[in-house]
Amino acid sequence: MAVRKFFKKILKLLSLNDLFKKKSHVKLGLYGPPNGGKSTLANRVCQDWLGEEMSSVSHIAHETREIVIKEQVNIKNDKGKEITFSLVDTPGIATKIDYEDFLKRGIKKTEAKKRAKEATKGVIDSIKWLDDMDAVVVVLDSTKDPYSQVNITIIGNLQAREIPVLIAANKVDLKKSNIDLIKAAFPQYEIVGISAKYGKNFDDFYDKLVDFAS
Amino acid sequence: MVTFQFIPYYEIEPLGSAKRVNKILNIVKNNKIVIMEGKLSKQEEADLIEITMEEIKPNFTGIELSVINPEKNKLDGFQKLKHSLVNMLVGDRQGLTIIGPASVVKKIVNNPQKIELFTQEMNGKKSPAKRRKRRK
Repeated sequence: MAVRKFFKKILKLLSLNDLFKKKSHVKLGLYGPPNGGKSTLANRVCQDWLGEEMSSVSHIAHETREIVIKEQVNIKNDKGKEITFSLVDTPGIATKIDYEDFLKRGIKKTEAKKRAKEATKGVIDSIKWLDDMDAVVVVLDSTKDPYSQVNITIIGNLQAREIPVLIAANKVDLKKSNIDLIKAAFPQYEIVGISAKYGKNFDDFYDKLVDFAS
Repeated sequence: MVTFQFIPYYEIEPLGSAKRVNKILNIVKNNKIVIMEGKLSKQEEADLIEITMEEIKPNFTGIELSVINPEKNKLDGFQKLKHSLVNMLVGDRQGLTIIGPASVVKKIVNNPQKIELFTQEMNGKKSPAKRRKRRK
């Protein structure tokens, strides 16, 4: 891993990355805490541009417990600028996972324990995949406190790896949504308010996505 | 009863990343809340989450973590220079890191004005255990 990182850095320094990496091989990751709407966003993007869904979604946290990749997603903005990328939907990053939380959502004990085990592995995979991303959309639930350490750790790690970040403040259709709080927490980043569930403000989202990932 | 264990910066400074993370996690797994002078690097924070996930069992459900940073954007040019020089000489011991076991700490709310640490109660309800104002 260290050797791979070293060569990646050397390639970046020599700007040879761009010679070998076609735009069609850009890996765009969806990162964030559980239940922020990453998979709903992934499905919206895939429905809009490929006409098919990508991931299963649920109100229960940690529904996505494995990395899901959709290759060759091509999107175009109003100005005619386009980008092709592999969309990587990642399991939500958390610092704690208790199988009893699944029990409370009506899942049976054996299944709850299995889910918890898979969820812990999912978090580990999400962190490991950070190094492979070319650009990341951090999906935050705009009805929740943005100052959580998980959010800060994710964004800090992306910043340390010099990976471009776009913050999608999701669930703006809900009354409790507060984008200003997210803007105050992460003033150095481009933030776009969306409702992945209802497709609200997606022209603006695609516009910003094409600009930042190309 | 909630037990806090303070880790001064000089105790973690000579340790490599893996040892730092393990030291913290070993204390937390003993149901103590760590208050550490200074902060982990972003990579170490990610490592801490990763190793925590590997350690999760029915009797250890994870951690709650919060880092209190001095608001550097409020410093003027001279203060920033002074801080950089101090960091170079004695290491970056600014900030405070709070890490507790999820079985003890329900939630740490960290917004720019205050920090609230909610502990778990036997009946599972949360209660504010500690409230401290952040220095401006």
